[in-house]
Amino acid sequence: MNAMLAMFVARASVLLQYRAAALAGLVTQVFWGLLFLAVYASVYQGASSVPLPLHDVVTYVWLMQAMFRMLPWGHDPDLAVMIRRGDFVAELLRPVDLQLLWYARAVALCTVPALLRAGPLIVLALAFFGMHGPASAAALGWFLASLAGAVLLSAAIVLNVTIALLYTNGQRGVDVVMNSLMVALSGAMVPLSLMPTGVAEIVRALPFAGLLDGPAMLYLGHGEPLAVLVKQALWIGVALLAARWLLARAVARVVVQGG
Amino acid sequence: MAARHSVYLGYVSASIRGQLQHRAATVALGLGQFLGTGLEFVGAVVLLSRFGSIGGWGVSEVAVLYGIVHVGFALAELFARGFDNFERTIRAGEFDRVLLRPRAAALQVIAGEVQLSRLGRTVQGLVVLAYGAHAHAHAWTPGSWVLLVLAVLAGACTFAGTFVLQAMVCFWTVSGLELANTVTYGAVQSNQYPLSIYPRWMQRLFTYVVPVAATSYWPALGLLGRADATPWLPWCLPLLGPIYLVIALWLWSRVGVRHYQSTGS
Repeated sequence: MNAMLAMFVARASVLLQYRAAALAGLVTQVFWGLLFLAVYASVYQGASSVPLPLHDVVTYVWLMQAMFRMLPWGHDPDLAVMIRRGDFVAELLRPVDLQLLWYARAVALCTVPALLRAGPLIVLALAFFGMHGPASAAALGWFLASLAGAVLLSAAIVLNVTIALLYTNGQRGVDVVMNSLMVALSGAMVPLSLMPTGVAEIVRALPFAGLLDGPAMLYLGHGEPLAVLVKQALWIGVALLAARWLLARAVARVVVQGG
Repeated sequence: MAARHSVYLGYVSASIRGQLQHRAATVALGLGQFLGTGLEFVGAVVLLSRFGSIGGWGVSEVAVLYGIVHVGFALAELFARGFDNFERTIRAGEFDRVLLRPRAAALQVIAGEVQLSRLGRTVQGLVVLAYGAHAHAHAWTPGSWVLLVLAVLAGACTFAGTFVLQAMVCFWTVSGLELANTVTYGAVQSNQYPLSIYPRWMQRLFTYVVPVAATSYWPALGLLGRADATPWLPWCLPLLGPIYLVIALWLWSRVGVRHYQSTGS
């Protein structure tokens, strides 16, 4: 446990250095948020019965932008280089459980860059861009709880994608489709509530919905808190078990071409 | 001029042959891009199917606009990708090699990569465009088809121009340019919907500064019969695309390359 915590802190300190990138990212997210707002404002004009009122959609959009960096955007880049070059052997020599160590790295990867951007963004959005506060204190509490769950889930997915690198040589094709799918299925593209009813049900059962849509809906006071949290926990469990199995299998048959 | 052409073609064929060596990877990448970009249109369809129209434009009309923007962007990615990866070239110090060769630097950078996988986005854009065209082509004259092709090509010029300018900034700040990506991808994502829904400053930005709308929205207005008051505008504004590219290339070579200081190799 100590090793995991130490790894998390170490990675977090490194990632905290990327402040200039965070500032650029902030401007990016603000721009995208304004874009989405314009689209929804236009579409909502003259719309009669909507499952989600416009002011909720506005808050939803800003929550999406704030949490955007937390999504599992692919493998851990440093580990990818390590695996490609064969330095992966050094990882195998550590007296710590490899999967948990890599998971701690993934958690740092999903937390820090997002935090650096989310803080200022939410302040700006609340002040100037039409975002409103949580529906209630309870809503805020559930939101924070599900946010933690979302981070853990995202990290678990990143872990799996990283471990998949041990099986394939070039991975970019998978990344592109997975990233687009993930953006669509997590609610970052269109709020899940605005999808056709049958589709929304199916999408909500998938793990990606728990990444963004789940926490955001709890913040707005909609959705079932326990359902969201249980679903997140279930998918985290599945992902971690899969990662453990995949890693063990890969380590058993890995061929290192120098290092 | 003839020599320059053959050098360019030589580069292109080398790049393509290299990619065809890894046929499976290229196909997988292309397929991935086709599906990935296709999902973006699915998102637009989901919105429009629930709300009916956006800014007064229906699904098939948005499809025409979407198609023009995305095919133009895909073509720029296909051919001008060398500029997009310019940051890596500079950081590795490889630009010195480029400058030493007795050929135009811009030609080498731009011809360095012809990414076949970008055909994934190209095909996807064409599919959407075909769908939109199918719904409206009954009202089109041969001139409309010319306008459509011009719009796509002009759009490709605009996006190529942004790649060039993005690369130019690399001469000064040798680091990641997330902001420049915002402009490029933001321009694509925003201009796939009719410009009229955006605030004034965004409209002006995308018509005169990064003339994406000039090469997509305005021709689309003409194609969809929405510009009858000013029928010459849909034809004139796309010219801003190639002009933009020329300015960008000029700036790149006169201002950017002049200020270049190698980071070592």
